[in-house]
Amino acid sequence: MSVMLNSLPFLWQGLLVTLHVSVLVVVIALGCGVLLGVGLSFGPRWIAWPVRIYSDIIRGLPLLVLIFSIYYMLPLTGWNVSNFWAAVIALAAFETAHVIEVTRGAVQSIPPGQHEAGKAIGLTFAQRMLYVVFPQALRRFLPPWINTVVATVQGSALVSLVGIVDLMLSIQQVIGRTFRPMPMYILGALIYFVINYALSLTSRTLEARFAYVRE
Amino acid sequence: MNYHLNYNFIWKYFDRLAWGLVLSLELAAIGIAIGCVIGLVLALVSHGARRPVRFVVGAYVEFIRNVPLLLLVYLVFYGIPSVGGFAYDATTSFTMTLAIYAGAYLVEVFRAGLDAIPRGLIDAGCAIGLTPWQRVLYVRLPTMFRIVLPSLGNAFISLFKDTSLATVLAVPELMYGANWIYTNTFRIVEVWTVVAPMYLVTGFVLLFGLRRLEYRFAVRRR
Repeated sequence: MSVMLNSLPFLWQGLLVTLHVSVLVVVIALGCGVLLGVGLSFGPRWIAWPVRIYSDIIRGLPLLVLIFSIYYMLPLTGWNVSNFWAAVIALAAFETAHVIEVTRGAVQSIPPGQHEAGKAIGLTFAQRMLYVVFPQALRRFLPPWINTVVATVQGSALVSLVGIVDLMLSIQQVIGRTFRPMPMYILGALIYFVINYALSLTSRTLEARFAYVRE
Repeated sequence: MNYHLNYNFIWKYFDRLAWGLVLSLELAAIGIAIGCVIGLVLALVSHGARRPVRFVVGAYVEFIRNVPLLLLVYLVFYGIPSVGGFAYDATTSFTMTLAIYAGAYLVEVFRAGLDAIPRGLIDAGCAIGLTPWQRVLYVRLPTMFRIVLPSLGNAFISLFKDTSLATVLAVPELMYGANWIYTNTFRIVEVWTVVAPMYLVTGFVLLFGLRRLEYRFAVRRR
């Protein structure tokens, strides 16, 4: 018990790194994913196909393969990137692919009549997206998107394997000093659980709230 | 960029990758088999059970699903033996972790499958005089398996990808083979340009195989 309490300030630092990585990844993946997802759904072939290929390849690879290959191969391009940013880029690339699919599912659920109505009153493509499609697609987008956020927080544990002192690695380091694995792993599991369970509950609550909307 | 591709080392040590891939598939297969048993038993037990039972099953599912798999892998391999006073080898430990992990996901899958069985089928089972056990065995389980087959297939593919985590316990699967070749030859681009397609192609082959299987067993409406 005292082991757990004494390590708390140190774990706090790790938790901040985990949250930092997660927030960066979530923001980057949200921006890129929504943009590419719209490109996949409505874009011409030369946009849609590369996005489809990107999404299928990235989702077909284990996250660990992605992290290791980007971590080791980015420096070869001559770009002197820190391990932190290499990991963030890898995770963001992975989550972007998932956000693309969530976006595709959400915007394609909007009946074509809505697009036609938008065109009929003379809205540009950007306006149709912003004022017609996105507000309606939001309820289809939010619950699965929060699930990708949960996946990001879980995936961020893998950045410990490229030497970033996140929550996972700080747990490992405390164990390396105290040789008491069990309490620390349980404590770490609880911290991750609290974060992710809160997110999962939000996702489920939103889903239930949006469920009454009839097509 | 001053880097000259040289695949000789990769082909020289390719057996590590090939056997690694086989082990990855084995781990995923054993994981999903045990996971199915766990998931099925818990789904049947908690389906229509009283509150405490459902709470315990729910706690297991939520805990496993909301904790990173990497942490579970460490917890089972380093944590449990440290308090239990026994030890098991890395492969056994990882397989168990994978099975527990898969089980938590499959409980939900099976529960949804059980819910989706048309009420009329079970009533029909009652009507022709099947006992409750016979109804489970001949009516509910076969129907449920057809319903959950797509989800089961997806779970298997995602487990196959998750086996890459076994590398942290030095289980010699595909990812470990890749890291081994990398640390011994520093041929980083070559390693990943071979290993990534191996994961991808295996994943897609599994996907198409499973889609065919689903098509064969699909519930067809007349």
